[in-house]
Order: sequence, then structure tokens, then C-alpha cells
Amino acid sequence: MKILTLCGAGIGTSGILKVNTERVLQRIGVDARVVAIDVSMLATELEDAQVILTSPEFVEAIGRTFADVIVVENYFDTAELQRKLELALG
Amino acid sequence: MDQLPALPPLPDEGVVIGARPKDWRESVEIAGRALAASGATDAGYAVDMVRMIEEHGPYVVVAPGLALAHARPGPAVRRDGLAIVTLAEPVPFGHPYNDPVRVVLALAGASSARHLQLVAEIANIFNDSDAVTRIAEATSADEIRGILGATAS
Repeated sequence: MKILTLCGAGIGTSGILKVNTERVLQRIGVDARVVAIDVSMLATELEDAQVILTSPEFVEAIGRTFADVIVVENYFDTAELQRKLELALG
Repeated sequence: MDQLPALPPLPDEGVVIGARPKDWRESVEIAGRALAASGATDAGYAVDMVRMIEEHGPYVVVAPGLALAHARPGPAVRRDGLAIVTLAEPVPFGHPYNDPVRVVLALAGASSARHLQLVAEIANIFNDSDAVTRIAEATSADEIRGILGATAS
């Protein structure tokens, strides 16, 4: 499974989401590859992604997709991340 | 992978306590000046950080009260760097969930890979939900270094 974390530069907030998503996936026993990207990489990365985690500003840029789009409020709240990931993966 | 690298040093020049910016833009500019004063970046990096927010919105407000200002690695970055600005009065960035901002953390990475390592380290610090409040209420650079686990030089 491939999960994307998306932000403006692909190296800042998406990196935080990547680390904390990997932490949650390990906790709930899900095996996935998490890739931090910026908007310009969407076109090439989106196709085989099952889940995209991002902030509200980037939802529109994602456009039409079969992936579950998760909007994260607090990037450091792993309980929020776990709740939303379980909902999307369940 | 398990052994994450430590944060870059946070010298006194990289810390501004109780700033009173008139808006979000000025708060990021103050953080950019602190990064430049600490020797990590040129003055132009502040402009790059402001542009990121103008271009993509206030998504850098990643948690209640905390803005993680940053731009891409480039010629304005001399080396990895970190700056902290605490605000005397919280400032709105226009974020739907996490406004207003009390702490601006500005980050510069010498490369994209290094920048990703630094934000991973920052995640470790701020996964403790008290960290933003403790930094916002800190009264000295030493206290802030203690919370971050950063050294002065």
C-alpha cells in the first residue's frame, strides 16, 4: 500500500506527517510505504496511492481521485492521525 | 533510521522572545532575521518563507499555536538552521483549526534530505502536546534550548 503526505514544498509539514503516519501505522500493525511529496509531484505519485494525508489548503489541488483524502488538523496529534487512518483503512 | 540526527544549534541570535509583529507576515520576517543573524541563511530566506505561505496558504500552522515557517533549500541557505520567535500577543495566520499562533519556528535545511531529517526531529519534540505552551511561556533562550534539546553552538 502507498500513502502520500502532501504539502507545499514536500520537505516540511509533509515530512512531519510522514514520520507520524509511520509511527501510527506501526502501532496499528499496517504495512505501507509513506511518501512525502509537494503539489508538483501529485501527477506522478497519485495514481497508485490509496490514502493522501494533507491540510485543507491542498485538497482542491488533489482533484478527482480514488484515494481516501484525509485532512489533518493537528500534525502532532497521533491520536487524531490514528483515528482518521483507521477510518480510511477500515 | 532509528538514530535521528539532532537539531542544529540554536544560538541566542536565533531566539526572539515576546515579539510584537503587526501581522503573520512580520512574524515570519522576524524569524527570518533571526535565522540570518545566527548565520544559517542570507536575508533572502525570509522572503522565501513568506512566499511559501502566500503561495500555498497558512498550512504551516501545523498544530495549535505553532507555525513551522520554512522554504526550500537553495542559495539563501548557508547551513542547517533553526530560529524561534515567541509572540507577546498571538497572531492569526488564517488557519481554520490552529490559529492564533504563539510560536514561530523557522527552519532552514542545507538539502531536502536534511530538511526532512530536521522535521522528523521536530516531530519528536512537538508530539509532546505541552511543548508549544512551554516555549510560548519561556523567558530565556536557555529555557527554550532546554525544551528543544538544542545546544547554543
